[in-house]
Amino acid sequence: MINYSLEAQQLNKSFGRRLIFNDLTFKFDKPGVYGISGPNGSGKSTLVKIIAGIIAASKGKIIHLLNGKIVTEENLHNHIGFVSPYLVLYEEFSTLENLKLFADIRGTEFNKERVDYLLNKFLLYKRKDDLLKTYSSGMKQRVKFIFALMHSPQLLILDEPTSNLDEEGKNSVYEIVKEESKTNIVIVASNERNDLELCDEIVLLEKYKS
Amino acid sequence: MVWKIFLFLLLAFVSVAGISFPIVENPTKWYEFPLIPGLEENAKIIFFHVPTAWLTVIAFLMSTLYSFKYLRKKNLDDDLKSYASAQLGMIFCILATITGSVWAKFAWGSFWNWDPRETSIFALLLIYGAWFALRSSIESEEKRATLSAVYSMIAFVTVPFFIFIMPRIMTGLHPGSADDTNAGPVVNFKMNGNMLLIFFLSLIGFTILYFWMWRVGYKSILLKDKLDKKFIRG
Amino acid sequence: MSSKSYSLFLKDLKSELRTRYAINALAMFIIVAISVIMFSVGQEKISPSLTGGLFWVVIFFTAMSGLSRAFVSEEERGTTLALQLVASPTTVFSGKLIFNIILVFAMNTVIAILYSVLFEEFIIRNFLLFLTSFVFGNIGLAISSTIIAAIIAKAGAKGTLYPVLSFPILLPLILASVQLTLFAIDGISFESAKFELAIVISYDVIMLTASYMLFDFIWKE
Repeated sequence: MINYSLEAQQLNKSFGRRLIFNDLTFKFDKPGVYGISGPNGSGKSTLVKIIAGIIAASKGKIIHLLNGKIVTEENLHNHIGFVSPYLVLYEEFSTLENLKLFADIRGTEFNKERVDYLLNKFLLYKRKDDLLKTYSSGMKQRVKFIFALMHSPQLLILDEPTSNLDEEGKNSVYEIVKEESKTNIVIVASNERNDLELCDEIVLLEKYKS
Repeated sequence: MVWKIFLFLLLAFVSVAGISFPIVENPTKWYEFPLIPGLEENAKIIFFHVPTAWLTVIAFLMSTLYSFKYLRKKNLDDDLKSYASAQLGMIFCILATITGSVWAKFAWGSFWNWDPRETSIFALLLIYGAWFALRSSIESEEKRATLSAVYSMIAFVTVPFFIFIMPRIMTGLHPGSADDTNAGPVVNFKMNGNMLLIFFLSLIGFTILYFWMWRVGYKSILLKDKLDKKFIRG
Repeated sequence: MSSKSYSLFLKDLKSELRTRYAINALAMFIIVAISVIMFSVGQEKISPSLTGGLFWVVIFFTAMSGLSRAFVSEEERGTTLALQLVASPTTVFSGKLIFNIILVFAMNTVIAILYSVLFEEFIIRNFLLFLTSFVFGNIGLAISSTIIAAIIAKAGAKGTLYPVLSFPILLPLILASVQLTLFAIDGISFESAKFELAIVISYDVIMLTASYMLFDFIWKE
C-alpha cells in the first residue's frame, strides 16, 4: 500500500508587497478528498501551484512524503496529477501523441493499458488520433484528466475541475474523484458548492489573510 | 551634515585645482603641475575621466552584487538597491565615454577608435541599456526583479572577456594596453606629487559622492513605493 | 544528455516539421538579408575582411529572428504550465538547447554555402580552422541565444528586446569568431589562432555553466 502525505508548514506567499496568504498550515496524510475554498482571486490557484512545485512559497515549507521518505523536487512530477482551466496541451498533436510525448518527457513508461482504459472511460478512444485543435473545450478538459491520471499519481490536484463542463461531464468528474480518493489524495480547489460537498476536509483560505 | 560640507569643499577644491592649476615645464610652486609630453594641457582630464570610469565599474559591481543577493533571499529591497546603483552606473558610464572621447580627440586625433577599452565601455553602455529596457517591459515587481537579476549575472560573466581578453587580442591606444610604448601618466607616475594628490583626492571625492547619491537614490525609490501603495490602499 | 531532454527536443522537432514556422521564417530571412547585402554592394569588390564581417552580421540577425521561438512559442500558447508539470528545469533547458543548436548549425551551414557561392572573396584557405571555429562558435551562439530567449519569453515586447539583450552578451563571441573567420580566409595557421579559439571555447564553457545555474530562477516563478 503506497502511503503519500502532504504537509504545509506556515506557508506564506506574497507577490511583491501584496500578501496572498500567511501562516498556512495543514496536513493531509490519508487518502481522501480535500478541498481548498475561497472566493475568486483569493489564492486558490496560487496555493495549488505551490503544492505542485511550480511556484515557490515566500516563506514556510511544503513537504511531500512517499512512504515516509521526502519526495525531491526532481521526482515530484511523477507523483502529481494536475488539472486546471489554464492548462493547455499541444494543439498541433493528437491526444495519443500528446500523452506519449508527455510520458517520454516525464521519463515514465507509457502504460498502454492504462491509457486505453482512461480513453475509454472519458469517451475519447475513437478520437484519440485527432488533433487537439479539433476538440471542443469539454473534450479538451477530459484530455487534461487523462494527462493527469495516466501515470497513476498519488496526489491529484484539481483546480476548478468542473468549469466548462455540462451536467454529464460534472458527474464523470465526481465519479473519478470518488474512485481516486479511495487510494490517493485528491485536492479540489473550487468555490462551487457541489464540488466542495465531496470533500472530507476543507481549507478555507479566507482565514489566512493576515 | 558636516561630512556633506566636507564633501562639497573637497570636490570644489578638486574641480578648481584640476582645471585651473597651470602646467609648466619645471614646477616650482605648490600649485603647478608638470608637463607630460604628448598630453600637456589635456592631462587635466585625467582628474575627471578616470574617476567616472572607476565609478562605472563600482556601480556595475554593486548592481550585480545586489542582484545576486536578491536571487538568494528574494528581498525586493535588494532589487531596489541594485536599480539605484545601475542608474548611477549608467550616468557615469555616459560621462566616462564622453570624457574619454574628448581626451581621445586631443590625444589621438579622433573621437572614437574601437580600441579595447573604448569597446569595453561601449559594451557596458549596451548592457546597462539592455538591462533598463528589460525592466521597463515587465509589469510584475517580482518577475522584473528576478529576470533583471538573472540578466545581470549573465552580463557579469561576460565582462571578464572584455576586461582581460580583448586588450590582448586587439592592439590599443589606451595607456597601458598591449603595444603601448608611451605608457600613460598614471602607470609611469610621471605625475608629480601635487598631481597625484589632486588625482587621488578626486577619486576619493567622487567615490564618496557616488555612495551618497546611491543612498539617496534607493531611499527615495523606497519612499515612492510606499507612497504609491498608500494611495492604492486609499 | 538524458533521454527526457531528447524527448523534449523531438517534440519540438516534430512540431516544427509539422507547422514549419521557424524554418520558413529563417529561410526567408537569410534570403532577404543576403539579397540586401548584394544589392547594396552592387558591382563593388569587397575585401575579404569585410566579407568575413558581413558573414557574422547575417548570422547574428538570422539567429535573432529564429532562436527565441523555443521559449516564446510555449509562453504564447500557454503550454509552459504543462512543461513545468512534467519536467525539471534542467531537462527543459537541455531540450531547448539541443533544438537551438541544431537550428543554428542548419542555418549557418546554409549561410556559409550561400556566401561561398555569392561572394568571390569568401574563400576559406584554412578549412580546418574554419570548421573548428564554426562548430564552437555555433554552440556558443546557441547557448547564449537560448538563455536570453528564456528571459524575454517571460517579458513583454519580446521581438525588439531579443537582439537588444543578446548583442552585448554575444559580443565577445562575435569579436573572436570574426577574427577566426578572417584568419581562416587569410590562411593563417591553426597554431597562431590558438588564442582566439581558446576564447571561443572558454566562452562556451562559461556560458553553458552560467545558463544552467540561472535557468532555474527563470523557469520557476
